[in-house]
Amino acid sequence: MRYTIRVNGRRRVVQSDADTPLLWVLRDDLRLTGTKFGCGIAYCGACTVHLDGVPARACVTPISAVGNAAIVTIEGIGRSQWGRRVKAAWLDLDVMQCGYCQAGQVMTATALLAGNPRPTDADIDQAMRNNICRCCTYTRIRAAIKRAAGLPTADSREADHE
Amino acid sequence: MNNDAASVHPHHPPATPPAPARVSRRAFMTASLTAGGGLLLTLHLPAAARAAGAPAERSESAEINPFISIAPDGIVTIMAKNPEIGQGMKTTLPMLIAEELDVEWKNVRARQAMLDPIYGPQFAGGSMGTPLNWIPMQQVGAAGRQMLIEAAARIWHVPPGECTAAKGMVHHRPTGRALPYGALAREAATLSPPELDSVTLKSPKDYTIIGKFTGGVDSPRVLDGDRLFGIDVIVPHMSYAVYEKSPVFGGRIVRANIEEIRALPGVRAAFIVRGAVPEAAIKMGLVDGVAIVADRWWDAEKARRKLRVEWTPQARPRQSTQAFAQEAARLMQSGAHSIIRRDGDVDAALARAATVLKATYSYPFLAHATLEPQNCTAHVRPDGSVEIWAPTQNPGAGAHLVAQTLGIDPGKVKVHMTRCGGGFGRRLNNDYMVEAAMIAKRAGRAVKVLWDRTQDFHHDAYRPAGFHAFTAGLAASGKPVAFRDHFVTFGQDGQVASSANLPRDHFPAGYVPSLEYGQSLIQLDVPTGPMRNPGGNALAFAFESFIDELAHAGGLDPLALRLDLYGPPRVLSAPPPQGGLRIPPFDTGRVRGVLELVARKSGWERRGALPAGTGLGLAFYYSHFGYVAEVVKASLKPDGTPKVHKIWAAVDIGRQIINPAGAYNQVQGAILDGLGQALHLLITVENGRVVQRNFDTYHLLRIDEAPPVEVHFLLSDNDPTGLGEPALPPVLPALCNALFAATGTRIRSLPIGRLHAHPAKA
Repeated sequence: MRYTIRVNGRRRVVQSDADTPLLWVLRDDLRLTGTKFGCGIAYCGACTVHLDGVPARACVTPISAVGNAAIVTIEGIGRSQWGRRVKAAWLDLDVMQCGYCQAGQVMTATALLAGNPRPTDADIDQAMRNNICRCCTYTRIRAAIKRAAGLPTADSREADHE
Repeated sequence: MNNDAASVHPHHPPATPPAPARVSRRAFMTASLTAGGGLLLTLHLPAAARAAGAPAERSESAEINPFISIAPDGIVTIMAKNPEIGQGMKTTLPMLIAEELDVEWKNVRARQAMLDPIYGPQFAGGSMGTPLNWIPMQQVGAAGRQMLIEAAARIWHVPPGECTAAKGMVHHRPTGRALPYGALAREAATLSPPELDSVTLKSPKDYTIIGKFTGGVDSPRVLDGDRLFGIDVIVPHMSYAVYEKSPVFGGRIVRANIEEIRALPGVRAAFIVRGAVPEAAIKMGLVDGVAIVADRWWDAEKARRKLRVEWTPQARPRQSTQAFAQEAARLMQSGAHSIIRRDGDVDAALARAATVLKATYSYPFLAHATLEPQNCTAHVRPDGSVEIWAPTQNPGAGAHLVAQTLGIDPGKVKVHMTRCGGGFGRRLNNDYMVEAAMIAKRAGRAVKVLWDRTQDFHHDAYRPAGFHAFTAGLAASGKPVAFRDHFVTFGQDGQVASSANLPRDHFPAGYVPSLEYGQSLIQLDVPTGPMRNPGGNALAFAFESFIDELAHAGGLDPLALRLDLYGPPRVLSAPPPQGGLRIPPFDTGRVRGVLELVARKSGWERRGALPAGTGLGLAFYYSHFGYVAEVVKASLKPDGTPKVHKIWAAVDIGRQIINPAGAYNQVQGAILDGLGQALHLLITVENGRVVQRNFDTYHLLRIDEAPPVEVHFLLSDNDPTGLGEPALPPVLPALCNALFAATGTRIRSLPIGRLHAHPAKA
């Protein structure tokens, strides 16, 4: 089958079976390898992209289901204001260790902030809990989201428990 | 009390990396000009090259390989020789060189070196990157600086002693002249580099790069989605491959529906590969499998789902987690098969003890679960030479495995090290590398082999499970006078399995007068291997929890008991030298330092004022030359699962934190990694195969479970050591000890799962 999809603002034509996950079209056909393969069952979030601004798991999204949705990947997220701020915060705080999950983390965090510019710790937990970081850089992911939002980066949760 | 040196040094070297070596007196540098008129400094490490197991004909060759190059425009390119797995070495090693070279960090470009004997040992393991390279990399930079100063002095006809270097320039203060390094390259290239051991290193007060918060050199590119990881490699005319292996370890192929697979869309080739040796499954070599090569990975993967393979029946059907536990219980009924260590007379001491405690601890197998699944790209040329692009922690061993399996000269294997999407010890083994090489050879084209997540769970070198039957005797004062561990572990034909050993000097050996460590083995057909802090990641839970039990049974503060056992601050004589590497001797003062620091920061003395149902737990562990004490504050949620409020860590890895950006991240990450293990992680074996298939049944820690982690470094006057591993072990027992304080329930088996509070707080 022939599909015309919109990736990072460009129209791309791909030849693929209907059931091929978007992830492999991006990675192997379009050579946009920034989006990562982690689990194949939408559990880890490494493959997170945006479909019309909403985070989606590319590993379980068949190419036939994409339709005319605007696809944004890590390669294109820096063109949005929130994407640029999130990436800058990620670098300022040196969030990553191995970095393999971080494209997915940035995609999810950008969508969070675009919809909720002043997230609480609970909001961050809720939005980010489906993105696994095997290196466990969660402390800095939390702080970087707050920094991108212009909020104090201190972790206020401990005080809440007292 | 027995305080002999070796007995108090529970150091766990990585299983496979080569013996370490400093830049020896035989190491030397050469200088030359680049085509563009820049300076090229090359470090030759003949002794280290042999230590790395490199073929002699290559290490003796005059091949020039740049370590540092300085371009006429002042941009300095520094090769990072070790693999980058998220531990930060691609940033740390160039920082050490750049500091002594006296260049500005913004003008430094770090590049990943290839596997080459000229770089000496190249591996990521054992937290050895810092202790092995701290001095040598600074010497390399200082030698470069000295040459540039001398070059300027010659141009100006002044004594070198009148010249100084700073920020990529040489200055002659008396006359106010200055020249940038880029302009000195031509002159410097004519000089002979100094003996490395003769160069003078900076005083730490003059550091401008070491000790500064420095972001990872690759981080911007990762966030731009650039191709850095093994899985991202694209080489010309490449195909994609999957490789189906027996889910039961050691299974061999009887037959498979190869013809049917070959006819599927997009499939270029499908064939059976025979494993190299029968025990390859345990040794992480090439094992039997079916390779499917296709134009796209998804085509190969879809074809694999139609694959039908008949495997040989299992030789040992009783390989299961349940059977192992039954076997361990049976073995614990009698004495240990062998004695690892015996001090004094434990039975006599137990007979005299005021209190005797017995407890059995166990922990499960674990998978590494690197987020980047195992993969490798290989190209075998008609002349038999092999080019590899691999996310590996141990490229030299991989090249040897490929050479041995393909029957070629190791010199014909060229390895590009890609960034690794996590290591954790998984990539010290190179099974994926030899698979890719063999499939590429058979397919006659460049091939990228990529595993799916289930294969990654089913073909790991697992952290071994283990069982400990402890017995201890306390004097009336509460002080332990007798200690016995019957350790039931795993092995193959009488040999302890990889990373399944109990070091004879493990604490409290040497600190309790009558002590015995015995061992019994269960036959294991499941591969095991090093995982982040091998040994320590399991032993700390068992030993430091039982020490906590002893404190409570003897009516002692767990902090006071530890301080008492380790005794007054003193340096115990140095361990045997490792290839000239300088290892700080074990120092009980450093133990005391981090214990007292973490107690102060966590409010340990005020723990009695915590609300009912909330507790603090403490643990200490010495590993990889690092001293780490941690306190966990925890309670139970209404559903009986643990709630971790906060974690404090005090860490002593010497006098200098090279890169605070990486250091704090490593400690926090290691602690949360260990926390996830304690709370959730479990690999189950049934019928000779692993049950878990994906992250839906292997619950890695998520952000909403990650508490604040407060990290304090205690700077002691010792050479700096590594940080990838030492912070992990203490969190597991500290959490369990906190839950005991909170609930009265003692956790003796991991993972913790769900608990029910004991009615009476102990």
